[in-house]
Amino acid sequence: MFHDPLMPAAPRCAEVTAEVLSNSPVNGEYRLMELAAPPEVLECHPGQFFQLLCPTSGADQPYLRRPMSIYGYDAAAGRLQFLYKIAGAGTRGLATLRPGDGLNVLGPLGVGFSMPPEWRNLMLVARGVGLATLAPLAKLAQAEGRRLTAICSARRADLAMSTDLFRSYGAEVIVVTDADGSSSVESLRALIGGRIAAGQVDAFYTCGSSRLLRLLQELGAAHGIPGEIAMEQQMACGIGMCQACVRSFRVGDQIVQRRVCREGPVFPIAEAMA
Amino acid sequence: MSDLSTKIGRLTLQNPIMPASGTFSEDLAAVFDLDRIGAHVLKTITAETRSGNPTPRVCELPGGMLNAIGIPSKGIDYFREHALPFWARYSAPLVVSISAHSAAEFATLARAVSLPGVAAIEANISCPNIEADGKAFAMSPESTEAVMRALRGATDLPLWAKLTPNTGEPIEVAQAAEAAGADALVVANTVLGMAIDIESRRPRLGNVMGGMSGPAIKPIALRMTYQCARAVAIPVIGCGGIATLDDVLEFLIAGARAVQVGTETFRSPTVMLRLIEALDQWMAARGIGSLDQIIGTIAAEADEAARHWGAAS
Ligand SMILES: Cc1cc2nc3c(=O)[nH]c(=O)nc-3n(C[C@H](O)[C@H](O)[C@H](O)COP(=O)(O)OP(=O)(O)OC[C@H]3O[C@@H](n4cnc5c(N)ncnc54)[C@H](O)[C@@H]3O)c2cc1C
Ligand SMILES: Cc1cc2nc3c(=O)[nH]c(=O)nc-3n(C[C@H](O)[C@H](O)[C@H](O)COP(=O)(O)O)c2cc1C
Ligand code: FES
Repeated sequence: MFHDPLMPAAPRCAEVTAEVLSNSPVNGEYRLMELAAPPEVLECHPGQFFQLLCPTSGADQPYLRRPMSIYGYDAAAGRLQFLYKIAGAGTRGLATLRPGDGLNVLGPLGVGFSMPPEWRNLMLVARGVGLATLAPLAKLAQAEGRRLTAICSARRADLAMSTDLFRSYGAEVIVVTDADGSSSVESLRALIGGRIAAGQVDAFYTCGSSRLLRLLQELGAAHGIPGEIAMEQQMACGIGMCQACVRSFRVGDQIVQRRVCREGPVFPIAEAMA
Repeated sequence: MSDLSTKIGRLTLQNPIMPASGTFSEDLAAVFDLDRIGAHVLKTITAETRSGNPTPRVCELPGGMLNAIGIPSKGIDYFREHALPFWARYSAPLVVSISAHSAAEFATLARAVSLPGVAAIEANISCPNIEADGKAFAMSPESTEAVMRALRGATDLPLWAKLTPNTGEPIEVAQAAEAAGADALVVANTVLGMAIDIESRRPRLGNVMGGMSGPAIKPIALRMTYQCARAVAIPVIGCGGIATLDDVLEFLIAGARAVQVGTETFRSPTVMLRLIEALDQWMAARGIGSLDQIIGTIAAEADEAARHWGAAS
């Protein structure tokens, strides 16, 4: 709205009521919700999120909104998708929504992933619901003609999320699991190290897990590979007003506080602190 | 269109709906045209830079939330060089909220923010006073009077005193602020509270205790607004749990000349606009031409009953 070099205003977002088209389990743990949404909330960028005003259900009275990454968006079709895990009052409320119900959404919010031209070979490493956050990134990577390797971590192979989706965007998908030990830090270090040695990694993308973050920071520092991480923090407003969502970041030799909802949720891997 | 304008001392606001400090920032400009609200009340600033409290800084409760954000502040230089120029593009009056740990520091900061472009100073005297073992200034009439006198001596701008509902002497505190030269009272700040996670047995806030806000505190803020509006001649601005048109009307009827909307903006960033439109329609539908036909019009029976509760002076 404004272009003030001193204090850039946030990109536009809107509060709208969207219509639920579907809301059904994807596997034992996750649900996929598709909404019909108006154009003013569909100028999205991968890595951005929405704040959902979750409905009350029974004893659950979620008061504040809940942040949820954009799993998919299609401005032409007027569609918006979220992939979520039922964790408590808010997400339990979301799970009660049926086709035809309305859901008040606020967004798109925050600063998403960047994809500088020199990042030709992308490696995406994530686990669980973190894969939801990275799904739109895979679509963008395909559109931009980048090579993409997606390492999807899960407890068991059947719980690995979105692998078909990543494949449909042309990614090479590698599933690693706790069950066979391939998701351990040592195994991953060897796997990713091999790809780096073969010159197949220009940048990393990840989210969530502090274990993965530390590993990618270590590999990134050793091999000069940049990358970005989508981070979480408890939020109240989601648009930058309340300062509830700050985290610490290491910038040079200083520790600075940044708002996950406004300066983030995507940050340079090198600056993030687990 | 009804006339929604209201006077807070020598300031005229185009409507009585404004944000509460700490629940508003330039980021809201991404959602709507900020010139539509009655005033712009900024997050409290301090003279020095401060980083604020540890996380978790908020926790949710039925009908509200607790916060212990602290007052992260980029300091006075940042305010002068960045915030002030940003807000200059708007015509809504700019209200700068300040805080300090002693009367003298408060006065110094008030002098420093008395700049062109600033329409009023809101003194957040609900914060700890280091000269009184960390007890908030607005807990007692004596410390309220001392800090407001120091502030009065430091600035010619309209001075609003933001009171705390945690005091047992709301009327005396309100009168002390008025006697010391406050131009208006903001009633009130958050209610001190606490929450514990029973599984981890840890406090749910990094800072252990925090301020409760949202609809759950509305009756407390409304009661105190009523008490203060009866006890002083200066305007009272109601604040606490306001989310609906009915809430706004209750505060106006109790005697508030304007209201501040805080936590509800987190749930619905456009709520202030909806309240302005709803108030306009409500007045138009009843043929009410101005807010003076609403403000302080509480039924007379209330007066008699209030005396028993010490609401009258
Ligand atoms: C930017 C961002 C994107 C996210 N994207 C997704 C996603 O795509 N899919 C998904 O399933 N989850 C996502 N999460 C996590 C999701 O917001 C939480 O699982 C959800 O808020 C839990 O709410 P609840 O009421 O169901 O659970 P409760 O545990 O009852 O929540 C209680 C409180 O804790 C907060 N909270 C709990 N867990 C988290 C968390 N991990 N992050 C932030 N606040 C939390 C809630 O907001 C609430 O205030 C995201 C979080 C952030 C910050
Ligand atoms: C996250 C948060 C931060 C706040 N920060 C400040 C502040 O910096 N200064 C202040 O005077 N009040 C602050 N407040 C209090 C509000 O201005 C308001 O007085 C209080 O929340 C009650 O109103 P509400 O129920 O409408 O939120 C804060 C409240 C919240 C929820
Ligand atoms: S959640 Fe309010 S500033 Fe980030």
